[in-house]
Amino acid sequence: MPVAMQSENSCLVASLSGELDHHSVRLIREEIDTAIAEQHPSQLALDFSGVTFMDSSGIGLILGRCKVMGGIGGTTTIYSPPPHIKRVMRLSGIERLAKIESTPSRKEQSN
Amino acid sequence: MKTINSMKFTFPAISVNEQTSRAIVSAFLVQADPTIEELADIRTAVSEAVTNAVVHGYRNSSGNVELCIKLLASREIYIRVKDKGCGINDIKKAMEPLYTTAPQEERAGLGFAVMQSFMDSVHVRSKPDSGTAVIMRKKLKTPPCRTS
Repeated sequence: MPVAMQSENSCLVASLSGELDHHSVRLIREEIDTAIAEQHPSQLALDFSGVTFMDSSGIGLILGRCKVMGGIGGTTTIYSPPPHIKRVMRLSGIERLAKIESTPSRKEQSN
Repeated sequence: MKTINSMKFTFPAISVNEQTSRAIVSAFLVQADPTIEELADIRTAVSEAVTNAVVHGYRNSSGNVELCIKLLASREIYIRVKDKGCGINDIKKAMEPLYTTAPQEERAGLGFAVMQSFMDSVHVRSKPDSGTAVIMRKKLKTPPCRTS
């Protein structure tokens, strides 16, 4: 699966993996939105540590989730994007809507 | 400029081929020994151009995408992504950052901005109802082992 979901208190952690493009984000979007609708978390953590490629379709995915989380009064945080993916994020100005935390990844924090 | 090697691929404009096009580019570029960053830049730019053809070019139709990639003298990479889809009415507008005709599909409107940022040059030729060609170039650095 390109996304693994996990809940920690009121935080929903979505660990993404593989290549994020227009083809793959559709399924990821559905998975995350279903989990948000069921759990109403106050924070969405998008863990990018396992992502090997992302183009602007990934930006669309993040923007959309920020909007969904904003709609229920929650926030979105991006964790551990690899350097090249961070460049795409910076180009988009996404950090104005979602905080980017470099390290450690959510997975490492919970261990 | 002299062409050292070139290849042309034609594939259906379906979304699964966005990844295929990146794999093709990676395989072709092995001979040029790009840096990890250069390879990532070119793969991302190609992904954007092919996605545009799939999402916008053939929005109300189906057809093929043609990917042409060349290694030119002086380590320059030439890439052309061509479709025979609906074309672009206003190229200047289409290339503006954050402009998209598909906001409901969560398109960020950053495809051309990414291409321009990651490649040395991006040129778009398009005619309504005839199709679009995106031509991108990037000069690779000389690998350290070949500098002497």
